Amino acid sequence: MLPTIIVGVYLAIVLYIGIFAFRRGKAASSEDYFLASRSLGPWVFLLSLFGTNMTAFAILGSSGMAYQRGIGVYGLMASSSSLIIPLTILIVGTRLWALGKRFGHMTQVQYLRDRWQCNVLGTALFVLTAAMLVPYIVIGVMGGGEVMEALSMRDVAVVKNGVTSTVREPLIGYSLGGAIVALVVMSYVFFGGMRGTAWVNSFQTILFLCFGSIAFIFISKSLGGFDAIMQKMSVDPKLGSLLQRQPRIGKEEFFSYMFIPLSAIMFPHIAIMCMTAEKIGHFKKTVIAYPLCIMAIWLPSVFLGVIAASQFPGLSEGQANDVILRMLQTHTPTLMAGILGAGIMACVMASDSQILALGTMFTQDIVVHYTKGADGKSRLADSTVAWTGRLFVVAIGVVSWLVAVALKDKEGIFELAIRFAFTGFAALAPVMIAALFWKRSTATAAFMAVVWVAATMIGTWVLQSHSDAFAPKPGQAPVAIFQSLGGMFLRGPKTVTIFGYLPVMPMCLGSALIMVIGSLITKPPAQHIIDKYFPPKPTPGAVAA
Amino acid sequence: MRGWLIVAVIAVMVVLHQDNWLWANRTLVFGFLPAGLAYHAGYSLLAALAMWLLVKLAWPHELVADLERRGDG
Repeated sequence: MLPTIIVGVYLAIVLYIGIFAFRRGKAASSEDYFLASRSLGPWVFLLSLFGTNMTAFAILGSSGMAYQRGIGVYGLMASSSSLIIPLTILIVGTRLWALGKRFGHMTQVQYLRDRWQCNVLGTALFVLTAAMLVPYIVIGVMGGGEVMEALSMRDVAVVKNGVTSTVREPLIGYSLGGAIVALVVMSYVFFGGMRGTAWVNSFQTILFLCFGSIAFIFISKSLGGFDAIMQKMSVDPKLGSLLQRQPRIGKEEFFSYMFIPLSAIMFPHIAIMCMTAEKIGHFKKTVIAYPLCIMAIWLPSVFLGVIAASQFPGLSEGQANDVILRMLQTHTPTLMAGILGAGIMACVMASDSQILALGTMFTQDIVVHYTKGADGKSRLADSTVAWTGRLFVVAIGVVSWLVAVALKDKEGIFELAIRFAFTGFAALAPVMIAALFWKRSTATAAFMAVVWVAATMIGTWVLQSHSDAFAPKPGQAPVAIFQSLGGMFLRGPKTVTIFGYLPVMPMCLGSALIMVIGSLITKPPAQHIIDKYFPPKPTPGAVAA
Repeated sequence: MRGWLIVAVIAVMVVLHQDNWLWANRTLVFGFLPAGLAYHAGYSLLAALAMWLLVKLAWPHELVADLERRGDG
């Protein structure tokens, strides 16, 4: 009961923060609703940008994966992200911020549409991006329902045929839990918009930044330190391999995982968040602190996931995702388990910025774009645009909950879709880099790259579905999907690889190649567009004059 | 120079990420931390240092200058 109360208090605080932010904003302005009037301070910007990018996977998924694949999970996902994500924020994020400030863009699609003067490209990007974002929102509601159900478990006396027995039942079931989480998220996004979401994200980031260290200290105390357990594991023939990468992680897979974090800057919620900073200087703290924040969350999660293998051996893949909850329930007092449960809820609720991003994209890239008059401005009043965004947020919230309830046991589909989304967004990164840094890049090449990304994602999905029937079990060697092609397309326990590399690598390289060749063989952009986005640098003499 | 610095930092960091020499190493650092995990934790610290270096030496000052010239800064 106590963990349920603590999580209830947490949800109330989150709701209060969102509504409090609503009171501080200019409610009628669309720029205030979608971008907090581009006024976020350095700390809120850092914490919310980081929090926006951390989902339930950072704690639950990473420890579950470390339980199965060992310490290599940190190098695979966290240390590569600690380099690539801040680097893309520095190189791409700062430019998106400056262009947004100058031309009033609120989304990536607005920028790319104008940069290449191509409506079709913008609409195609909107459709692809929205399709890749929806699974996140649904899985957030699903995760909320599951965590509420797990945390509210209690003993209930049942009388059957005159015999009284005790059964474990949740106080708040999956559907109700999902509805509560969806309602809370919808409420503060509806009222607070970007300002509310950023403040809530900052609060949540502080919670889950503390989560790892607190869990580490409490569990270490309960186990009498980790030295003896680790020494025992290192000589154990079965568990010892969890402390190294061989044979659980291949070198090709490890290398190709470096391409995945390129997705971060292409996620609409991250790109839009980059436009909310008040000053460009706010990016400095963010890019320097980002690797440290990643380490603060991932290092204890991966470490505790490995430790859990010695504490709860033999869990299935699905059960392994709960190892951190099991560790907390076993090794921490009830009060602390409730507080840490709220920390997990903070991660699960990361879908808020994705809901807002989808609302922003729908209003800006579709509604505003297609209601433009001859003067290039929307015929809708600014307040109408903001309210359209709000209503869209409610619609997404309700639909996500309905989907989450209807497809309760089909979570795997959405998890797979999210893995595909990471790959798809990463493969779109060359399009953005070309738009920002290469004057000669063209709309046709960008459109061809978008088609390439969509086609290769569908192709990978087909290969994945085709090979599900003969996928090897964890620990077994990958098998060839087509015997006649040898090791070209291999199927591992979870993913398809190409010569051992993840599909993200050939997709990114292919997308970059298409951008280069496609641009060189098509007509260059008009000079006035090049002058608009690549203004000539003033000579020192001209400045003095 | 700025572009080259960024490329050089990326190249060095990508090479350092591929720590093949620790692939089958299960030595415990400080008695409890596997060597491969300790290395990549150190890598994250190095990444923070690399970002600090880029912020100091490769910051896009021209973006601010351009906005200020137009009166938006």
